[in-house]
Amino acid sequence: MGIEEKLPSGFLLSTIEGLAGYMRKSSMWPATFGLACCAIEMMAVGTPDYDIARFGMERFSATPRQADLMIVAGRVSQKMAPVVRQVYDQMPNPKWVISMGVCASSGGMFNNYAIVQGVDHIIPVDIYLPGCPPRPEMLLNAILTLHDEIQKMPLGVNREKAARAAELAALNATPTHAMKGLLA
Amino acid sequence: MSDAKNDPGSTRAKGPGDDREELAQEYADNLPAAPGTTPDPVVIGERRGMFGASSGQDTTGYGGLRSEILLPGASPRPYGGYFDQLADSLERALVGGQASWSEAVEWVTVDRGEMTIHVRREHLVPVVRVLRDDPELRFEICTGVSGVHYPHETGRELHAVYHFLSITNGSKRVRVEVTCPDDDPHIPSIVSVYPANDWHERETWDMFGIQFDGHPALTRILMPDDWPGHPQRKDYPLGGIPVEYKGASIPPPDQRRSYN
Amino acid sequence: MSTASQTTRTSDPYATSGADVDSAGDARVFNASGGDWDDVVEEASALHEERIVVNMGPQHPSTHGVLRLILELDGETVTETRAGIGYLHTGIEKNMEFRNWTQGVTFCTRMDYLTPMMQETVYCLAVEKLLGITDRIPQRASTIRVLMMELTRISSHLVALGTGGMEMGATTVMTVGFRERERILSIIEMITGLRMNNAYIRPGGVAQDLPRGVYDKIRDTMPALRRGLGELEALLNENPLVKGRMEKVGYLDLTGCMALGITGPVLRSAGLPHDLRKSAPYCGYETYDFDVPTRTSCDAYGRLRVRIDEMYQSMRIIEQATDRLQADEPGAPVMVEDKKIAWPAQLAIGSDGMGNSLDHIRTIMGESMEALIHHFKLVTEGFRVPAGQAYVAVESAKGELGCHVVSDGGTRPYRAHFRDPSFNNLQAAAAMCEGGQIADVIVAVASIDPVMGGVDR
Repeated sequence: MGIEEKLPSGFLLSTIEGLAGYMRKSSMWPATFGLACCAIEMMAVGTPDYDIARFGMERFSATPRQADLMIVAGRVSQKMAPVVRQVYDQMPNPKWVISMGVCASSGGMFNNYAIVQGVDHIIPVDIYLPGCPPRPEMLLNAILTLHDEIQKMPLGVNREKAARAAELAALNATPTHAMKGLLA
Repeated sequence: MSDAKNDPGSTRAKGPGDDREELAQEYADNLPAAPGTTPDPVVIGERRGMFGASSGQDTTGYGGLRSEILLPGASPRPYGGYFDQLADSLERALVGGQASWSEAVEWVTVDRGEMTIHVRREHLVPVVRVLRDDPELRFEICTGVSGVHYPHETGRELHAVYHFLSITNGSKRVRVEVTCPDDDPHIPSIVSVYPANDWHERETWDMFGIQFDGHPALTRILMPDDWPGHPQRKDYPLGGIPVEYKGASIPPPDQRRSYN
Repeated sequence: MSTASQTTRTSDPYATSGADVDSAGDARVFNASGGDWDDVVEEASALHEERIVVNMGPQHPSTHGVLRLILELDGETVTETRAGIGYLHTGIEKNMEFRNWTQGVTFCTRMDYLTPMMQETVYCLAVEKLLGITDRIPQRASTIRVLMMELTRISSHLVALGTGGMEMGATTVMTVGFRERERILSIIEMITGLRMNNAYIRPGGVAQDLPRGVYDKIRDTMPALRRGLGELEALLNENPLVKGRMEKVGYLDLTGCMALGITGPVLRSAGLPHDLRKSAPYCGYETYDFDVPTRTSCDAYGRLRVRIDEMYQSMRIIEQATDRLQADEPGAPVMVEDKKIAWPAQLAIGSDGMGNSLDHIRTIMGESMEALIHHFKLVTEGFRVPAGQAYVAVESAKGELGCHVVSDGGTRPYRAHFRDPSFNNLQAAAAMCEGGQIADVIVAVASIDPVMGGVDR
């Protein structure tokens, strides 16, 4: 991405990581991607009762070119899927995605021909937020979790190491349908 | 046999059908007395078995149940309420037009307090025009087309159901139902009479494959433009995917066992 | 490989670049672009005139959800408007064919997500008509339905005004509107448990009775809501900016409304006082005292005033409904008596969350075998509805919301079709916008107040 990607690992990199993470999380601009019912709860988060402005995020950017965060709020239909991908591609790095609601996370209650069963079929998702629709406080929780992750996000060589470790863990993990004997 | 049941003066022993007659009197306004007791019910299919069991692995014996699915058919006069006057006005208004009552109307059903006029598809537009223009009818608003697919009613698989509302005549409502077979799914468009039906007909084409002849631009409206198939037909699968849980996988809703 | 196809096609600005295609290797490369967008552009360029084709949406802050407006512009004037819908099509109606009659409520509720109670009510009224139990719905259940519908109507109008104001650039209108809406949502949450998409109104009545303390809460909220609406009126009614932007914009007179089958605030702004609550009352609306506000200006400003007046009328109905509910004797039923249809369980918060109340479990496990059987059969199979079809319409916040339901005698809807008012009213977008300016398109569409969940279902 920038110069921070090219620093050698060490004390300087970890300081820059902390600083960059702090800067990035403190003023993320979400892209308006409200699709359905979850969009109303996302709009409610922007209003005085729940107030996303305390996190510097009240400026919902209509144009994806100036947005950092895409909150996919609502069910993604087959017709809408290319548009989602296009908007995601138009966002500049660094970008994050919260899939808000069960319809965006997994297709929700609509397991049918018209709905993409989870927006992670189309774009990479950082935070999955279940709920139908999730309360505004739940969305704020998701945003704060994302903030924590961004704060801790490794850069440069650390990032490559972390990505490889995550990939190895995912490849070695038990698939969901093979998990036996786990209640709750 | 049916004469004996419907004849109130007959003196036969009280049988299992008689309680239904009493219920019929009680709920005459709202329900057909019981499925199949209107004089000519329409068969739209057959129910096989119960509890999702059919003969084969089923040991309950319910799998052998066969019952016809009957929709209410033609109702005898008098219809009750404002329906008689409505039918008479429509018959009078159709006189001297492109189609007479007997040519255009197949039959009239009055059921649950609603009147359904089954119209032959060739004569749909003149009937609808008269519904809108005649002062006694004056159904200004057509609230839309609804398609229904009855795959087992051979020759009449696709139904298009139109509902009309008359504001000036005291919020009267009437339903017009038109059928067409699967191999010739054409119904004349009523957009020239009710322009509001534009998108409704497009939706019915999109979802059921009923082609409305004379529609200005019959294209897909809800599905992507190049989508194959017509999703709300009964022979189109629901299209879901099996869901993975910890230790199990649940099939999509249309492939699960269900009650008939 | 895709490089061969790329050279034969005209250059597509959204196609993947050559370098990316090569780096993709064996992976397939997809190009995603709009449906008839290319045809529209070709047609316009063939005209050799100064016409620009602008595509607004589907992702756009001002299109009320995922509405795609294709505008042909001649300078600042809009010469042609086409609305592209279907970006939120969820197949709800087909989904309902694979669920119980009672489970259908949870699906239809999510159509027009700003007025969930309206869809629930119209669906339940249609199912009850098919069942033939319309006269046997308890009075208290009907009153609760009226209360919920009016609360929903106010919250929907507040969103309409709020987003309309925001789209014009007045963000304060949105914050004030949503602040008032939060008051209503907290009442709804207290009664049903959810803020939105609550599956509260079920065939036969409502899911459970009102909780303790709700009458005080409603009585406390009404004055605050009134003050908030007054604040909104002060912001909007005589505001020269609002008037300048909304007067004479989105003009659709009575002829146009009748031709396009428009109902709701748009029709009432054209002068016709047509309201299904008055002309074909349901749920006991004929016993409530309220007026149907109309305007004669046929423009977006008239619709704004109509919506605000409707909110005040809804508050009158809410107060009357609350009085009646409080005067009911305690223990009045909220579900139909027929145990083969009535939803069995009462919910309560227990030690591990929300579930069947312990009283109910004690009844079905210890006291009554019939109750256990009814509970089991209703929850697993559901009730059966005699074959036939019914159409019921209610006055939603947007217009006439109709439900055409067909039963084949089974436990599932054979066909449930919803005539959504926004689907119909959005056809008027072309009539309202053509000939106007591009900024008026947004105001006009906002005054129709379409909700794409209902339009696309």
